[in-house]
Amino acid sequence: MAYHRPTALTDAFGLLATSDLSILAGGTDVFAMETGRELHGDVLDITAISQLGGISQTGDGWRIGANTTWSEVANAPLPDAFWALQQAAREVGSLQIQNSATVAGNLCNASPAADGVPPLLVLDASVEIGSQSGTRQIPLSDFITGVRKTALQSGEMVTAICIPSSAMLGASAFQKLGARKYLVISICMVAVRLAIKNRVIIEAAISVGSCSPVACRMPALESAMMGQHFDDPEAWQAVLEQQVNHLLTPIDDIRADAGYRSAVAVEMINRCIQDAKAKART
Amino acid sequence: MTRLQINGSTQETTASPARRLSEVLREDLGLRGTKVGCDAGDCGACTVLLDGAPTCSCLTTLAQVDGKSVTTIEGLETQNLQAAFLHFGAAQCGICTPGMLISAAALLQEHPHPTKQQVKDALGGVLCRCTGYTKIIQAVMHANEPLPKAVNPAAGSAIGSAVIRLDGQPKVDGSEAFGADFVPANCLIVHALRSPHHRAEFTIGDTADWVAQNGGTISVLTANDIPGENRFGVIPPFADQPALAQNRSRFRGEAVALIVGEAQAVETCDLANFPIEWTVQTEVMDPIQAKQTDAPQLHEGREGNLLITGLVRHDDWAAGLEKAAYMADTAIETAYVEHAYIEPEAGVAWMDNGVMNIRACTQAPVMDQEDVANILDLPKAQVRIHACATGGGFGSKLDVSLQPLIGLAAMKTGRPCRMTYSRNESMSSSTKRHPAKMTARIGCDENGLLTAMHFDGDFNTGAYASWGPTVANRVPVHASGPYKMPAYFAEARAIHTNGPPSGAFRGFGVPQAAVIQEILFDDLAAMSGLDRLEFRKLNAMVDGDKTQTGQVLSAVGIGQCLSALDSAWQQAQIENAKWNATDSHIKRGVGVASCWYGCGNTSLPNPSTILAGITPEGQLVLHQGATDIGQGSNTVISQIFADALGLPISQISLVGPDTALTPDAGKTSASRQTYVSGKAAEQTGRLLRADILQRLNIGDDAALTLADGRIISGQSQLELNTLTTDEHGYAISAISSYDPPTAPLDENGQGTPYAVYGYGAQMAEVEVDTRLGTVSVRHIHAAHDLGRVINPVLATGQIEGGIAQGLGLALMEEYIPGRTENLHDYLIPTIGDMPEITSILIEDPDPHGPFGAKGLGEHVLIPTAPAILNAIRDATGARITNLPALPYRVLNAIKEANS
Repeated sequence: MAYHRPTALTDAFGLLATSDLSILAGGTDVFAMETGRELHGDVLDITAISQLGGISQTGDGWRIGANTTWSEVANAPLPDAFWALQQAAREVGSLQIQNSATVAGNLCNASPAADGVPPLLVLDASVEIGSQSGTRQIPLSDFITGVRKTALQSGEMVTAICIPSSAMLGASAFQKLGARKYLVISICMVAVRLAIKNRVIIEAAISVGSCSPVACRMPALESAMMGQHFDDPEAWQAVLEQQVNHLLTPIDDIRADAGYRSAVAVEMINRCIQDAKAKART
Repeated sequence: MTRLQINGSTQETTASPARRLSEVLREDLGLRGTKVGCDAGDCGACTVLLDGAPTCSCLTTLAQVDGKSVTTIEGLETQNLQAAFLHFGAAQCGICTPGMLISAAALLQEHPHPTKQQVKDALGGVLCRCTGYTKIIQAVMHANEPLPKAVNPAAGSAIGSAVIRLDGQPKVDGSEAFGADFVPANCLIVHALRSPHHRAEFTIGDTADWVAQNGGTISVLTANDIPGENRFGVIPPFADQPALAQNRSRFRGEAVALIVGEAQAVETCDLANFPIEWTVQTEVMDPIQAKQTDAPQLHEGREGNLLITGLVRHDDWAAGLEKAAYMADTAIETAYVEHAYIEPEAGVAWMDNGVMNIRACTQAPVMDQEDVANILDLPKAQVRIHACATGGGFGSKLDVSLQPLIGLAAMKTGRPCRMTYSRNESMSSSTKRHPAKMTARIGCDENGLLTAMHFDGDFNTGAYASWGPTVANRVPVHASGPYKMPAYFAEARAIHTNGPPSGAFRGFGVPQAAVIQEILFDDLAAMSGLDRLEFRKLNAMVDGDKTQTGQVLSAVGIGQCLSALDSAWQQAQIENAKWNATDSHIKRGVGVASCWYGCGNTSLPNPSTILAGITPEGQLVLHQGATDIGQGSNTVISQIFADALGLPISQISLVGPDTALTPDAGKTSASRQTYVSGKAAEQTGRLLRADILQRLNIGDDAALTLADGRIISGQSQLELNTLTTDEHGYAISAISSYDPPTAPLDENGQGTPYAVYGYGAQMAEVEVDTRLGTVSVRHIHAAHDLGRVINPVLATGQIEGGIAQGLGLALMEEYIPGRTENLHDYLIPTIGDMPEITSILIEDPDPHGPFGAKGLGEHVLIPTAPAILNAIRDATGARITNLPALPYRVLNAIKEANS
């Protein structure tokens, strides 16, 4: 058993290139799967790599380093478009979890109920992946490929989440539905980002989580909303229901049945649109 | 070597960098104030501050705290907060308290006078199963405000005063030693291998070979190593559960073998290749299927998997329903409910001079002693049970769990042996609340007076008997609720399945039965055109009425409890009508339900004995054998004893529970400790007082003072060191037993099952989101008749905690064997789910109870679920027939109601 805790990113890449390591950041998912008193197998702990910390504005958008915790996201001064992500940050597990767990780890864990995915999808986020042979960026929608599956190749790790400037348009909102308050795995989640000009929707981004193996955007709904007057929800209701019925593949499980998930997805999208609208400067 | 900054000092450890910080703190550094409840970040018990931020130490590696400062409960300097926890009664069992205090301390650093919402957000990650969170919120909100001086009642005035719990201080400073917190030197670890299958046969191969491959230092123990009878059970005639399964397992989670050795060796052994071969068999999980003739039979001699049938009947129920003007019927299903105490089972065993010592969490030390003696083939006198602080029990820690396992390991190895269940192990192997499939029909006349009731229930008792017989017997006695029922028939069957054993859980089946009865009462009230509360008041029992078992009762407090809800009920109706007239999709509703509950064993002896003495030096010692699992018996029984004796409670030193030091005070179950052990304590106090008065030759009403080795009353005094000491080493002592006067039930269930009943009524105000099916309970008004309030803070603490569990039963708790064996798939209420609670304490003194007191512990849970379900129906028309009322079930029921 080896435990590596490098301080330089290049060292991490080097270690990843030569051995099969479990990457550890906040540990909240990794340890929850561990039944013993310590982690087993070879571990690459990336939390000492200062280069992976923090939220920063770059030339073409925003960068959330792979070590950024949910608490850091919740407490950072960020544009209105990030509201959904910040709301989600406050609903991830508990304060204890938010203080340890990282946004990047949430993506890598690739749970259908990952709280971070819907808000990042409406921010058109992409994932920066690094390895000894360089870095690449892929859209978040391509990064998570299935339940607990990602596009990470051997020797690679997530180094950051990137948000383009173009996604800073408007304001966003997030809703999570669970069977209790705090510490709850969602039954359904929705994130919406809206930009409104002269009472007309000029940008709409909508995503739903926990209702399909991977959270997804609703492109037809977004198109249907574009150019519509925001006080005229009837204009896109039919498309909304059609998108929910065709894009989502909810399952029956212990938390809810599929029919329920579809019904509440429609309702929660409508509520989130109202929330985002209320926040968006008109 | 890792260097740590802990509580302001530098510590070094050679532990693995990949080790959980919680383990390093507890095992390597001996800082056992940090508790471990789940190892998954689901409960928050292990919370510490990392550079001031609350963090789950179970999810943090040792390496990750390098260069950070760690603050544990041992280093917390928040005396105000700790004092507030004691004053408000915010610590019950105390297992979640360190995590709560740490989280609260971080909040108070930033917000010295936080709002309720801020407290909820800060403490949302720490689960508590005892308190219902209400007192924790109060304590944190008021931590930096001046507290009133602690109550210190004078002689004769302990009863009724809010004495701070006598065992409180160690719970708030992190020094309380629970089952996993005492580790003798040279101690081995015991790990159980458990069945991964619901039903299977198995053979264990060459373990010697496997041991050799795994370093040769560990030992394997199986059923073949058990020297005595490999069978235990809380009710001896039904005892059927092996300590270690032999050749076949009847439920997933059943222990089949033990691995014993040094921690490191046990931790690293290759369990995946343990030589065991399983032959998986088809299981039966549903009691209706288990009754079929072709179903697999779990136990010989229990045809149709029927463990027992309980029956109570009187008069002609069919005729009663026939003549009823209105009749309501329904069918209700409830789920397995997990006790989910935050302390997983833990304990240690060691041999000392031929005596097997077991120190473990428990609710029933003497029953543990009997089972362990029988399994290990030791005389009872050679088994000593030290009941340690227990981090919640709620019924499941009545049955032995690891006691015989660690005892066997200590016996075979000659070394102290300890064991701590993982959360998964605790949930999969411990007992549960019985899932029930019930039908009922109730009739009333055109004026709303009840005419008859028929109740029928199949209770899934799981793989072993445990408390199944008690549930089957208690349910028919109580299924009518505290109401006059002219004709009655109630039958409850306990049916075996391959589920986990269903046992005792706060209320023994009565909470399930109350759901169906109270739901039907709402139907009947509507049919007869009566207000729902009025309907209940109209039919409530009064003094002199007969129970369904033919027992004539006095001190029947239900009428007062229901009336106490009058004004809140009326106000809620008016406000809700106004609210619901708007076009909001949020609808409000109100519901009411009652409880009654017999205190103590059903028609069986259950004596308690209390010993007390005064040493020649003048120390007053109370041997208190009733286990305090957080409910407060250490304090309540002392208050009763102090007033009976006539000395201040502050002079009492407590001993026990310990089978070598305390006489048997029975088990902590059936809401019997305040009543039964309290009565024994009252008698003991009075005997001791009578002895003193006689020696001093003074009258009954004399005031006594104990000081400087003397008992003084006016001019008379007794020099204690001049008296010959007795067998216990006391200058003067007394011992007394009390057993409730009950009588057996006949073939129709007629008789006197309990001497004392307690009563209560609760009213729930809820809000339902009719588009999402989510339910938020806004307010619960709880009126309970305690006979006599011994300690108002402890009493309201029981009410709030019972309501939390009732709310969980109603809205979210559903244990699915093999699927929800953790605290993120199995949900219990968090601090954010709790409503405002208004407790109303009513005193209708019982002629039997000590100073008139009745039991309370289980009563408080019974009305909550039906009151919430009735409120959901009032708000939306939705009838929930399958518990819990998860959002999807509520939304489906709303749709059904609207169609």
